[in-house]
Amino acid sequence: MSTTTAPAEQGIYHTAGSLRSERRWALWSAYISLVVAAIIMLAPPVYMLLTSLKTSAEVADQSGSPWWVRNPTLENYWALLGNRMFIDFFLNSAKVTIAVVALTMVISVLAAFALGRMRFWGSQALATGVFLTYLVPDTLLFIPLYQIVGGLGLLDNAWGLVLVYPTLTVPFCTWIMIGYFASIPKELDEAALIDGANWMQMLWKIFIPVALPGIIAATIFAFTVSWAAFVYPTAFITTPSEMPMTIGVVSQLIRGDTFAWGQLMAGALLAALPPVVIYAFLMDYYIAGLTAGATKG
Amino acid sequence: MADGASLAIPSTAAPASGSLKRFARRRSTIALIMTLPLIAVIGGLVVWPAGYAIHLATLNRRMTSFIGLGNFEILLESETFRMVIFQSVFFAITAVILKAAIGFWLAHMLHHIPANGQRKWRGMLLVPWVIPPALSTLGWWWMFEPTYSSINWLLNVFAIPSVPWLGEPWWARISVIIVNVWYGAPFFMIMYLAALKSVPEQLYEAAAIDGATSWQRLRYVTLPMMRNIISITVLFSLIVTFANYDIVRVLTNGGPRDLTHVFASYAFQVGILAGNIPRGAAVSLFMFPILAVIAFFVLRGVNRRNREEA
Amino acid sequence: MAQVSLRKIVKAYEGGVQAVKGIDLEISDHEFVVLVGPSGCGKSTTLRMIAGLEEITDGEIAIGGTVVNDIPPRDRDIAMVFQNYALYPHMSVYENMAFGLTLRKFPKAEIDKRVKEAARILDIMPLLERKPKALSGGQRQRVAMGRAIVRDPKVFLFDEPLSNLDAKLRVQMRTEIKKVHQTVNTTTVYVTHDQVEAMTLADRVVVMNHGVIEQVGPPQVLYHSPATKFVAGFIGSPAMNFIPARLEQASGALRLHLTQGISLDIPAARTERYRQHAGKDVLFGIRPEHLTDDKPTDKTNPAPLTLTPEVIEPMGMETLAHFKLDGAEISARLDPATPAAVGAPLRLIAHMDQMHLIDPTTDKVL
Repeated sequence: MSTTTAPAEQGIYHTAGSLRSERRWALWSAYISLVVAAIIMLAPPVYMLLTSLKTSAEVADQSGSPWWVRNPTLENYWALLGNRMFIDFFLNSAKVTIAVVALTMVISVLAAFALGRMRFWGSQALATGVFLTYLVPDTLLFIPLYQIVGGLGLLDNAWGLVLVYPTLTVPFCTWIMIGYFASIPKELDEAALIDGANWMQMLWKIFIPVALPGIIAATIFAFTVSWAAFVYPTAFITTPSEMPMTIGVVSQLIRGDTFAWGQLMAGALLAALPPVVIYAFLMDYYIAGLTAGATKG
Repeated sequence: MADGASLAIPSTAAPASGSLKRFARRRSTIALIMTLPLIAVIGGLVVWPAGYAIHLATLNRRMTSFIGLGNFEILLESETFRMVIFQSVFFAITAVILKAAIGFWLAHMLHHIPANGQRKWRGMLLVPWVIPPALSTLGWWWMFEPTYSSINWLLNVFAIPSVPWLGEPWWARISVIIVNVWYGAPFFMIMYLAALKSVPEQLYEAAAIDGATSWQRLRYVTLPMMRNIISITVLFSLIVTFANYDIVRVLTNGGPRDLTHVFASYAFQVGILAGNIPRGAAVSLFMFPILAVIAFFVLRGVNRRNREEA
Repeated sequence: MAQVSLRKIVKAYEGGVQAVKGIDLEISDHEFVVLVGPSGCGKSTTLRMIAGLEEITDGEIAIGGTVVNDIPPRDRDIAMVFQNYALYPHMSVYENMAFGLTLRKFPKAEIDKRVKEAARILDIMPLLERKPKALSGGQRQRVAMGRAIVRDPKVFLFDEPLSNLDAKLRVQMRTEIKKVHQTVNTTTVYVTHDQVEAMTLADRVVVMNHGVIEQVGPPQVLYHSPATKFVAGFIGSPAMNFIPARLEQASGALRLHLTQGISLDIPAARTERYRQHAGKDVLFGIRPEHLTDDKPTDKTNPAPLTLTPEVIEPMGMETLAHFKLDGAEISARLDPATPAAVGAPLRLIAHMDQMHLIDPTTDKVL
């Protein structure tokens, strides 16, 4: 008996002594990993920012470190903001995105409420269909959609994008709204029913206000996806005046053999600004929407 | 009272008779109307185009006659397309494994630091996911640029010779993977972090008291609890990576010598740029069975586990 | 004006499972009726059918003389208080209470008057501007009741409203609900699984089990004259003791033979009632409070038994002692002053004038 307890006691003391150092070591390795990761994750946008602050001459000058700006200037930004074409890109993006977000939210909130709360024949199958649709990537559909949009005469037209972007946004937004609505207790609609609400009043006065965080998250998702969409505009739009930001910057600011790198990077950063700003201010909603797809499914 | 009841019935109940059933039927009708826009989007913009793609893929270049599986045969015989298949599969698998591993590691590290610092780090690490990938890839393109490459400059500082990032096929493939991992790893991190947070602390405490080492806690508590989120995230990522277009388009545009094309960029090249719509449709249709098989197995696993744990 | 009549109400789910198997119940105006029973007995389903939240498979429900089978909930003129309160989280207390009236397009002044009046009754005036999140459990409960009161409906429906509260608050809110009913005097149907709530609140208690009504009656009647073994065991806490026994005739009187040579005399007043069952096996039912320690002074009902306690639970105002007799677990309520110890035999008195005999084949009380 005593021979077995002694080493065990020793073992306990041993681990107790090392517990603190083990914790400290874990914490250090965590911070080191995070610092390294943060440097790698932030290096490209930082480098883009640095380049955008350089003159073409400084970009071309290879004598010093490219990771430093010697004569910072905003001339690239001013040039872009004075460029009618660039402003058009922005306006097109804004127009398309706002229309798509509005369309998406109306479609998904109505559908999610009906699918999640009203239960009718086929509602279960349709909900599964929504999820499967979300798994269909845009690159699978852009060729037939090119033909369809072409058939409608909407190629080279920003409104053609408004027509097809819902394929990117509606399934996911509906899916997460079903999840958010499902988390509202059943008694709440029964109480509303007894209080005398009809279906529209129940949706408008109870579900939408209560599921507001979900609606914000879905809106952010729809906004980000529409703003960043690339395949559809690349395929459908060839006239610069109809181009949204993404394809506009990628295709129109790259001209000739010598690239205006500073201006290109400034353009990319400006184009990326709206989603980044939304992220900065609504990070929690953004992340809630991101994780809702998997955790609520 | 009985008289009162029979008197009351004709006056108030008769007009409403059957109205609870009608109420239920009306509910179905309203619900159907509310889902009609959704059905229109799914039907008109997903199901119908998908069917239309199959039809297109069986036509000749001018879309005047039916040639059956001709486009698929031509594609499979072409060296370039076989390269596209290889490149897509290689790209998707390598990138997803790296993203999953890095994401898991970062989530784990993030979970271990004090809670009040987590928000800040999480905010920073998610930045690559927030920037539209077509635009951030422009930045990478610039960093890979042969003459001015800032990455090569850093390598040179550590006395490592410059790398021909986009000039040589294998390096170009690696570059595409690097950018994709950079863009996608934060997403994995966020998903895993959410999953880690959902594991009740008491399970760890119970495991610790049962004598589990930290590795065993990871192996027997964390991973099993996260299995569903891991599979769903991997499924999403596999599909999106497999079907990726933005990064390849901006970074290499398929070059050098069409060696870095994936399905999407090749379909674009053939279908839109070269104007052979049917063959382009055939190229992107190749993705479908592969994606369907992956989705089937992952979702079956998730469903089974959900049932078991329900 | 607001009687509720249930006639042969049946609720069957797909697959033929019957949650409610044809019950009849007449609830008169201003009455407070409590449906009580174990979970799954059909009490909540019955309430939800009255509310119109569940369709009625068969039978007829009338509220205030009008058959409401096919009338949707909003037109039944009822109000309901839910177990989790179901307060609208984004609305203030005032808005929560006013919501039903707003939807019915009441004039603003009338709404305000009614909400203030209800808030006064419930003593929640200072909370009107708060959101439900900022309220305690008891306050939420009051708001849920307020929401029902302002509607001034024909019937109040309560679905286990106190189950989410802690023990102390539950007792307090119970009194509160009773007070409110005495003030507004609206016909009330109240569902609970807690027999104490049922007994304390109800004008009449409806005991349900397996989708049927076991017994309906005022609390005292259920306590003193249960109709079935289920009611006898369900009402009262700790539950009634059931001891297998045999009823024997002994020179005109009746005796009850338990095992181990224990026999108890049936009081003369009950002899006629039980005579026809002489010679049969029965269940002897006696409540713990009618099985007390033998005090030498108390000679009114001398039927002493000697048993050895297995567990002693001192409760302060009384002491519970648990025994085993003939395979049955039985308990007795002792005077706390009695020195009782585990393993030490104890002389008990069975108050035979409070006993029940149950036919073990039909579970009916004889």
